[in-house]
Amino acid sequence: MDYFIELLFSGLTRGSIYALIALGYTMVYGIIGLINFAHGEIYMIGAFTAFIVATVLSIYGFPLIAIVIIAGIAAVVWSSSYGYTIEKIAYKPLRHAPRLSPLISAIGMSIFLQNYVLLAQTSDFLPFPRLIPDFPFMEPIAHIVGSTDLVILVTTVIVMVALTFIIKFTLIGKAMRATSQDRTMATLVGINVNRVISATFIIGSGLAAIGGLLIASHIGQINFYIGFLAGIKAFTAAVLGGIGSIPGAVLGSLILGLTESFATGYVSSDYEDVFAFSLLVLILIFKPSGLLGKATNQKV
Amino acid sequence: MTTQPILDVSGLTMDFGGIRALNTLDLDVNNGEIVALIGPNGAGKTTFFNCITGIYTPTAGDIWLTPPGGGKKISLNGLKPNQVTEKGLARTFQNIRLFSKMTVLENVMIGRHCRTKAFIFGAIFRNKATLQEEQGILETSYAILEKVGLANYADEFAENLPYGAQRRLEIARALATEPLLLLLDEPAAGMNPQETIGLEHLIKQISREGQAILLIEHDMKLVMSLSDRIFVMDYGKKIAQGTPLEIRENPAVIKAYLGEEVDA
Repeated sequence: MDYFIELLFSGLTRGSIYALIALGYTMVYGIIGLINFAHGEIYMIGAFTAFIVATVLSIYGFPLIAIVIIAGIAAVVWSSSYGYTIEKIAYKPLRHAPRLSPLISAIGMSIFLQNYVLLAQTSDFLPFPRLIPDFPFMEPIAHIVGSTDLVILVTTVIVMVALTFIIKFTLIGKAMRATSQDRTMATLVGINVNRVISATFIIGSGLAAIGGLLIASHIGQINFYIGFLAGIKAFTAAVLGGIGSIPGAVLGSLILGLTESFATGYVSSDYEDVFAFSLLVLILIFKPSGLLGKATNQKV
Repeated sequence: MTTQPILDVSGLTMDFGGIRALNTLDLDVNNGEIVALIGPNGAGKTTFFNCITGIYTPTAGDIWLTPPGGGKKISLNGLKPNQVTEKGLARTFQNIRLFSKMTVLENVMIGRHCRTKAFIFGAIFRNKATLQEEQGILETSYAILEKVGLANYADEFAENLPYGAQRRLEIARALATEPLLLLLDEPAAGMNPQETIGLEHLIKQISREGQAILLIEHDMKLVMSLSDRIFVMDYGKKIAQGTPLEIRENPAVIKAYLGEEVDA
């Protein structure tokens, strides 16, 4: 039974991280109908930023809590500025081009960023400092749920609640929903759509950076390539839940995380990705619009 | 003393490939006036709206907006739709375009967007100015809903409203942007006679409060009873302008609508 609970928590932790990334995919898709394949790279850059800042700060002997906060803020700000810039450079000029063009542009951006980090940093795995200590109060259940898992779960829940609040109740959230429903009409009621799109990229990238920081300190090492697989997994999760739907992205991520965790635990860790992507294939065959997605009839 | 018209359009021309949809059109609307733009189907009325609201970029011509009370003339040439709205033009559509998955109140609040400052940082940090601004938006939006008689629907999804109410909501959303000039594209289209009468009252009420209105409409009874002046278009050209009485008697207008009389 302990083993089951351990797998359950490890699945929820994974799922939370996927959710932080998947939200960026789904929000961008909801607003401009683009699969932002460079989003995984934003997450990777977030992890690297946190790594660099945390390393420098620990050399100067900052206390752990200060390191976590400063590295977190740095990662969010830096990744958001990447997200913002990518949209301006690679997607905005293609706003009125056929749908395939920005998609190709996104893939190009993804390859570019991977290689940029490869050249600017290193191709080796870097040991990521442990930013989250073992809490004494977690001692009795530490063999089931680690302190890092707890921090990841709590952080994710807080971030989700904050995001829901922003989208539901604030003006920028309303502008986002309006833009995703009818872009032309949104401009006609005076919404600056470019600003709304920028805001979406900034928020999505910030979330991915938080995910990057958390997972890096959980796994303990980073590499220029981590964004690729994480991006594909999060994309799978977003499609699973119904791309464009925010609760869908969270649900899809949790299902994917749990599937992977149980597959690893009860079958073999070699089959982790097989299960994850089989799930994607099944969903695409039986419910192409995703679990919470709207069915749309595309006219041919 | 001559006052500047609020909207002054001169020589507006719009080509789609080889088709001239608008041909050197002149039009003006004075403060507090209701002006109607009429013409047979395909005359270019909606194209005219799309040009002045920045959806299309006209081939030639000037569009000027002058705030009443001696404000400075603003050129709307080359502005994007959201900038045009900010300067003071708001419109509704022939086929209703509400944000159907948002509530009635939210639809109106969205219209306040261009009159507010707070952005992403305000949304995250919830500082005092943002909170006050949001409170202000809420109050103004409720007041507008009261005015158009939709206050009891405030928390309903826009898509669940009856047709006539959806039309009113579109007008409410446009009013929320505090326009200098309100553009209504066939507001009575598809309405039953009762709803049309309600709409007529609403437009008159808005107009009494000093709101200038430019209206495209096919319902001639409505046009004749509402308008101070009427412009008539056909094939992208202005063929007549004048008071409702003058327009009714104008041979060119009768010809455009009914065709030429055949001499025996």
